[in-house]
Amino acid sequence: MPTFVLSRLGMVAITLFGVTILAFALIHALPGDPVELMFGERGIDPERHAQLMAQFGLDRPLLEQYFSYLARVLHGDLGRSLVTHQSVLTEFLTLFPATVELAVSAMLVAVLVGLPAGIVAAIRRGTATDYGLMGLALTGYSMPVFWWAILLILLFSVTLGITPVSSRLDVAYYIQPVTGFMLIDSWLSGEPGAFRSALSHLVLPALALGTIPMAVIARMTRSAMLEVLGEDYVRTARAKGLSPARVVGLHALRNALIPVITIIGLQVGALFGGAVLTETIFAWPGVGKWLIESVNRRDYPVLQGGMLLIAAIIITVNLLVDLLSGLINPRIRHAA
Amino acid sequence: MSATTAAALRLQLRGFCRHYASGQGGMIGLLLVGLLLLAAALAPVLAPHDPLVQARDALLRPPGWPYPLGTDDVGRDVLARLLYGARLSLAVGVIVVTLGSLAGTLLGVLAGFSDGLVDGIVMRLMDVLLALPTLLLAVAIVAVLGPGLQHAMLAVAVVQLPAFVRLTRASVRAERRREYVAAARMVGSGRARLMFRTVLPNCMAPLIVQASLCFSTAILDTAALGFLGLGAQPPTPEWGTMLADALQFVQSAWWVVTFPGAAILLTVLGFNLIGDGLRDALDPRLKR
Repeated sequence: MPTFVLSRLGMVAITLFGVTILAFALIHALPGDPVELMFGERGIDPERHAQLMAQFGLDRPLLEQYFSYLARVLHGDLGRSLVTHQSVLTEFLTLFPATVELAVSAMLVAVLVGLPAGIVAAIRRGTATDYGLMGLALTGYSMPVFWWAILLILLFSVTLGITPVSSRLDVAYYIQPVTGFMLIDSWLSGEPGAFRSALSHLVLPALALGTIPMAVIARMTRSAMLEVLGEDYVRTARAKGLSPARVVGLHALRNALIPVITIIGLQVGALFGGAVLTETIFAWPGVGKWLIESVNRRDYPVLQGGMLLIAAIIITVNLLVDLLSGLINPRIRHAA
Repeated sequence: MSATTAAALRLQLRGFCRHYASGQGGMIGLLLVGLLLLAAALAPVLAPHDPLVQARDALLRPPGWPYPLGTDDVGRDVLARLLYGARLSLAVGVIVVTLGSLAGTLLGVLAGFSDGLVDGIVMRLMDVLLALPTLLLAVAIVAVLGPGLQHAMLAVAVVQLPAFVRLTRASVRAERRREYVAAARMVGSGRARLMFRTVLPNCMAPLIVQASLCFSTAILDTAALGFLGLGAQPPTPEWGTMLADALQFVQSAWWVVTFPGAAILLTVLGFNLIGDGLRDALDPRLKR
């Protein structure tokens, strides 16, 4: 196990290093004058321009600039937003809980629906139930998230009037942020109706964002279950006279879950990508919407810092999933 | 090619077609994509109006006559825009997949055939690209290049690279240990010939499947960029861009938001069904 962990950590370090190069290149590959880009101003007078160039080291060789950027990043300095002049890290940390709340809820929806659907499809292989479920899964997998969100709004908000269309909470409430998670904070506040309001704001975005992972999990669970159900030890368990529920639930599911857990981990990246669209549509104040706004405002430090942070998070989650599956399945860690 | 190998190939092809046709999903996919091709090819004939002409007296008309799928907020015919949008989506799919698969396969073969430095650099580069969500990476690339359909397609092609590189590298690594490769080397085949004439043709099956699956993600991601205002720019009748324009009318005009999205869904579904069908037919080991 220790060599397995060390080799994985080494790979992670190399990848993170590569991401900083990519983030650095992002700003320096931009056409145009770096000072104008960094400060969002045009027609800066030449004297001040030269002063800024020198002050921020933009006149030094590229390699030197990169290493000073790397040093700043390692000290937790990801630059400042051109628009709000706040530190990128502070802004990110303020908005991040909203994205986590949305992503976790979406994943919960995805697992709670996708896992049983995959199991049922595998048990009823080749029946109408199987075809129906897998047809739905493929449709969900092919769904343009941005349109799906609009359809949900059209049905639940416009036609039925059950759910609100945007933001995290009704404007009638003011909740002091404690954890940053609206569900928890509104619960803690004890204000009547606040929790309900937070929940009703969360349902549609979570459903929209959770649909693709749901479909992926359902497909993966089905194929993993089918593979496991054909194994000798499952036949043995059946032959021993164990109840079908016990065979499926205990013997088969436990082993089928290994690839499913890996897939769930890999979906974290997809969730961040989907969050960009979902947050934009539902005006959900998270990091996805923040990044798109930064692109539209040409707020490059925000885009650069945000990308770096998200990549770091995804790499960390993938590492944890890797280690976890190595822990569950000894074959994986010995293969490494 | 000798007559016997041609006959063998024909036999193989027939077996493949029978295999493919036995899967219902693949045939439905073929039907959906066939309809899309037809819509794209016949757009000028089928479209009742010009996709760009604004009928100022018919703003946000609901579906009916003479606008079968209604009009948008400046009086353009939604059906005509969808039909012309089919051309764009197909073009996007073809261009992105061609770019991504060619560059990805080339890098993958190089990495698969070289040990050490080149392999390490290529694969670490792919790790870096994979560390970011595909859409976010595409957004960042477009942010650098500037919004527009061409830049969006280029960004989506870059995003698809890792899948092709990893797949090609893995199959090349498995193939190059085989005896026929050793035999070809023995009779004096050069490195380039070994790479592209001897080994690569035997790695094509998973690549073809990947290409057909990438067709759908290419269309989906490019539409998403269009929706975010970073892809095709108005008044181009691109489906994602149309949705972005229509978003403000969710409450009042359902037809401007439902039809472009349905077109995207059916197209993506079609290509995914074909991809699944191809995978089952080309690689029976993966059939579950």
